[in-house]
Amino acid sequence: MDEIYLDNAATTRPLSEVINRVTEVMENDFGNPSSLHHRGAAAERHIQQTRKFLATLLEVKPGEIYFTSGGTESNNLALKGTALNYKNRGQHLITTQIEHPSVYNAFKSLEETGFKVTYLQPDSRGIISPQQLQKALKPETILVSIMYVNNELGSLEPVSKLAQTIKNYSRDIFFHVDAVQALGKIPLHPQQDNIDLLTVSAHKINGPQGVGALYMKNGMMIKPLLEGGGQERDLRSGTENTPGIAGFLPALKNIPKQVNGGSTDEQLASLKQFTIRQIQNTISRVQINTPQQSAPHIINISFPDIKGEVLVHALEEDDIYVSTGSACHSRQKINNRILKAINLSEKYLEGTIRISLSALNTKQEMEHTVHKIKEKIDYLNI
Amino acid sequence: MYDLILIRYGEIGLKGDNRPFFINKLISSIKTICRPLGEFTVQKSRGRIFVIPENSTAQYLSRLKKIPGIVSASPATAVELDFPAVKKAALKMVQKKLTEIETPASFRVQTNRANKDFHLNSLEVNSRLGAHILQNTEGLTVDLENPELTVELDIRSKNIYLFINRIPGPGGLPVGTSGRGLLLLSGGIDSPAAGWLALKRGISLEAVHFHTPPYTGQRARQKVLDLTDKLSESGVHIKLHLVHFTEIQRAIKKNCPEKYLITIMRRMMFRIASRIAEKNDLQVLVTGECIGQVSSQTLENISVIRSTANLPVLRPLIGYNKQEIIQLAKEIETYNISRRPHQDCCTVFVPKHPATRPHHEEVVRAEKNINPDQLMENIDEKIEIIDFEQ
Repeated sequence: MDEIYLDNAATTRPLSEVINRVTEVMENDFGNPSSLHHRGAAAERHIQQTRKFLATLLEVKPGEIYFTSGGTESNNLALKGTALNYKNRGQHLITTQIEHPSVYNAFKSLEETGFKVTYLQPDSRGIISPQQLQKALKPETILVSIMYVNNELGSLEPVSKLAQTIKNYSRDIFFHVDAVQALGKIPLHPQQDNIDLLTVSAHKINGPQGVGALYMKNGMMIKPLLEGGGQERDLRSGTENTPGIAGFLPALKNIPKQVNGGSTDEQLASLKQFTIRQIQNTISRVQINTPQQSAPHIINISFPDIKGEVLVHALEEDDIYVSTGSACHSRQKINNRILKAINLSEKYLEGTIRISLSALNTKQEMEHTVHKIKEKIDYLNI
Repeated sequence: MYDLILIRYGEIGLKGDNRPFFINKLISSIKTICRPLGEFTVQKSRGRIFVIPENSTAQYLSRLKKIPGIVSASPATAVELDFPAVKKAALKMVQKKLTEIETPASFRVQTNRANKDFHLNSLEVNSRLGAHILQNTEGLTVDLENPELTVELDIRSKNIYLFINRIPGPGGLPVGTSGRGLLLLSGGIDSPAAGWLALKRGISLEAVHFHTPPYTGQRARQKVLDLTDKLSESGVHIKLHLVHFTEIQRAIKKNCPEKYLITIMRRMMFRIASRIAEKNDLQVLVTGECIGQVSSQTLENISVIRSTANLPVLRPLIGYNKQEIIQLAKEIETYNISRRPHQDCCTVFVPKHPATRPHHEEVVRAEKNINPDQLMENIDEKIEIIDFEQ
């Protein structure tokens, strides 16, 4: 069997339409979108096309979409930009213990500048409840940030209910959602769901790396991170990544119709269920950490007496690529913050891997993978 | 007038009849390390080596200062035996230096007149050149005792060499003048430092690393390649033997008492290292061992482990403290590579309570379970060789 790529929560294989479009734009429309001449205008048109398509997909206005260099930048911009701009209203912020480092560490940095931050602890499924959020809200609270889908566990947060909880408490509290793992898998309607800021990224949906976007509700003002030429309506200075943004478009167009229509990606979800059943039927000592209420592409599992890192290397010997958790973690020997937050028992902490699917994966591949996992575990257990 | 680099060497000068051999080895290191920078010539002159690049001397110094045997190096200007020309060149050099340092600064001129035929003696050169520099610059004062700048002149038979900076080298002996060794290189902090100390005493090295895929990954392997590459920056060619160690480690884990896992693993490493050394004409093993640092480095363990090596084992770090090793590793720029957090073979199967005082006979008996001789039989097929040279 050829290579089986199952690390799609880290990054995805770009579609050939994406590669073609990036190349075409680099070849033909290399202008600076800010230039007055027609080369500039042509480049700008590419950016506007993607902006318009993404706006339609999210059911928001094109003027509410801002392009950035990716999820990390969108998250930093949204959080620091909001906190700094509205600090006169209050200095209390709320997030969770299981956010991506680009959110978690942005809050850590805000804490150093004087903000108070409440980090909500999820339940054992990795899910935050509206009740616990309710308890954390204070008159000084100005911003809440909760991710849509957890990147390691796949847990799906009840974002719409969480938003309601916030807005019932006060219309003045802003709600940011890191939807990097949700785009293309879960229908996203920030306006309808009372979300003020929403982060997405292109390379998680078979688009190019180095491109992200931030949705920001009209009427909000945030402080930019970068000073410069005032691109993206003064919010994100720096010459736009025109080929990358243009290459985002085919990736967005490739999102299954049903996701646009309002339901999750059923085909992917059934492949995930199939894989989980295979794992349960084939491997005797395994724990599935991904809860029922989860995104359709992430499976997080643990084995006792095995190091996740070793299993990753063992599987790569047979051209199967999985991960030990978020890619940003796998090279650091820190204790996994997210697995600790859900109180995963000590014997499973080290032996955890994440399998993340894409629409390109097949049932045969998953059968083969589970079979190989079993084989590797039997080999490694000595 | 032309620019060059003047190189001083120390200990080599003491070696009597062997001097040409030592100097030629040093020149060979210099040529190896400077080759990627372009065309240059190397000249020998009593007690000095000159590297004369066709283009700028700028990139040469950062490379030369890592070569064992070099005591110091100076970017210099060569001028014909003509005092007006010396004045002009010296002034230019000082003016350039003044743009790099804080003023006011103190200076002096110091002359070494090896060529006694030159029409001015040392004192005359010092005072006349000093006066010329003082009159034509701003921000300088004279201090003959403790100056911040020393303008140095080396008056030789054909040229006068002028320089201000002395950049220290590592000293020691040129690599290859003290025989050949095999370095046991892990991904850790100690073994590259031990390797460097051996190189600095003139021992040319090959290296052996044991890796255990899938327990260790590509990045752990890359780390060792990067460490070897870094060591080769001292102007040597290093051959790295990468031993696929998985089967042996698994056999030990399966069949031997847990408390002896590390002792027996290291005994196997020494057997394999000895075999590689013999095949490649290497005279000693070099390790990063250091007393008492980890449980396998008690005198008892060192002794039980060493007995499977059939050639001498050098442990250059034996008297070092951890902080001293870290300091050295930082100086030779291996520390940040070693700190990358990837598992290496020594952390794959770690017993909870390793034996710190193993009994030799007991270990030998336990080891029979894996039949070491049989494991050694096809070991050559499990070794991959990679060459490193700058």
